[in-house]
Amino acid sequence: MVLPNYEAVIGLEVHVELKTQSKIFCSCSTAFGAEPNTQVCPVCAGMPGALPVLNRQVVEFAIKTGLALNCEIAGMSKYDRKNYFYPDLPKAYQVSQYDQPICRTGYLEIEAEEGKKRIGINRVHIEEDAGKLIHQGAITTSSYSLVDLNRSGVPLLEIVSEPDLRTPREACLYLEKLRSVLLFLGVSDCKMEEGSLRCDANISIRPRGETRLGTKAEIKNMNSFRSLERALEYELTRQMEVLEDGEEVVQETRTWDEGQQATFSMRSKEEADDYRYFPDPDLVPVVVDQEWVQRVRESLPELPDAARQRLMEQYELPAYDAGVLTMTRDTLDFFDECIRHYDDAKVVSNWIMGEMSRLLNQHNLEISASQVSPSALVRMLRLIDEGTISGKMAKTVFEEMFTTGKEPDVIVKEKGMTQISDESALEPLVVQVLEANPEVVEDYRGGKTKALGFLVGQVMKATRGQANPKLVNQILKRHLDKS
Amino acid sequence: MVLTKQKIEHVAMLARLKLDDEETELFSEQLNSILAYVEKLDDLNTEGIEPLVHVLPINNVFRDDVARPGMPREELLANATMVEEGQFKVPRIV
Repeated sequence: MVLPNYEAVIGLEVHVELKTQSKIFCSCSTAFGAEPNTQVCPVCAGMPGALPVLNRQVVEFAIKTGLALNCEIAGMSKYDRKNYFYPDLPKAYQVSQYDQPICRTGYLEIEAEEGKKRIGINRVHIEEDAGKLIHQGAITTSSYSLVDLNRSGVPLLEIVSEPDLRTPREACLYLEKLRSVLLFLGVSDCKMEEGSLRCDANISIRPRGETRLGTKAEIKNMNSFRSLERALEYELTRQMEVLEDGEEVVQETRTWDEGQQATFSMRSKEEADDYRYFPDPDLVPVVVDQEWVQRVRESLPELPDAARQRLMEQYELPAYDAGVLTMTRDTLDFFDECIRHYDDAKVVSNWIMGEMSRLLNQHNLEISASQVSPSALVRMLRLIDEGTISGKMAKTVFEEMFTTGKEPDVIVKEKGMTQISDESALEPLVVQVLEANPEVVEDYRGGKTKALGFLVGQVMKATRGQANPKLVNQILKRHLDKS
Repeated sequence: MVLTKQKIEHVAMLARLKLDDEETELFSEQLNSILAYVEKLDDLNTEGIEPLVHVLPINNVFRDDVARPGMPREELLANATMVEEGQFKVPRIV
């Protein structure tokens, strides 16, 4: 979407839950989906006198993330209390990092429409997640809410971008790229639907050519990439209409309503936020020396940009394929495993991006949960190469592999799907089809070469799709062209 | 620094405290006297001294990332005013 007279200025605040075994300040499990309030202890329930002890892995993950985002890692960082009352926050403060975050000033490169573009990272800081509130009915009309503290104290990173994004599309590209970096690092599973990746946006518009920033709105509650883009597009149009009407944009927090596809003002509090941050006396500062940073730097895995480059150079894959295959580390691992046993990278890429993605989307699964192993896919590709099954039959075989987890050979045998590549078996069928369709034969000989397709189709039909189409083609041509 | 009545009311609001006029008056006197005492620190020359972030000269106190069971749910919810479906039940928020 392009607004001719205005430019959008967008910055994202992304929260990710870190993939640690235990919470940030206590040993409770972070596993998702447990019965309410079964992963809670005096520390994360905010009981008086309970003392927090920082999880080393959280700091390690934060440094990792900072380095991957080209940030400076602070030699010293500290923890502060952000004070506010809400039922999902049992201590009535959230431990966060205020003025001395662990990482600052980095960037992330995205493939924007006009080419590579660097999006600045303002900061990355460590904080704890709050519990979960379940409202009875809508948030504005429910008479009470239920509180589950399992999530209270789950470690989070907040990653704040500079307002360098100019379109809703760019915001999406940035979030996708950030997600793939985090997945490659293995620091978070980044599932938007489970809330382990959450995104808020600051967005304002200004007349093109203007350098000062307009008044921004903060948009919350965007639970998918799609809703991020939609919400920002909606908000751009809304702000433009406000300005065109000669009015002013109000600085406020707005929530995206997926059902109504619109943003709504969240009743602004009578007093502005006043969190009264102060250093948490229960937590001591964290000092990260160069040696620690170096050790983490050396442990960094291959990141999406490098992997993308590798796929394009080593296997000559198109940029698009390389981009899709490096969206998640699991997808890349799957590809790499296939390519270890099969030479044609483009064929493997086509199957992963095509049938595999289609079925994963349809069943709402990640590739790691797929029942098709890389070796099973390779085996199936060999069956095509050997002429045992056609490309078309392979799709059916693949779907069966996907839903049952069976080996391709087993499926082919069970379904009697073997391709007919025996000339002597196909020949009589070809003759029958030619005799049954004299006009089509006439057409073909009269120069309508497209008529051949119809005839091939007839033979395929007669064999219920089992004939080797290439062979059918050859036999047909031989008959048609000889007399 | 002198705390005005408005400031006291604001702080009371943030702490969800309802103060009557008499209390506002009383607390503003008391808080102002405490602040005046603390302000003595302003007399010190702090030139070239790093701000203190923690009173103890220690850092990097960590635990290993190992999960252990928390507390029994009944114990956690024992002092809750209202409980439903294993959760704390609280009045509407917004």
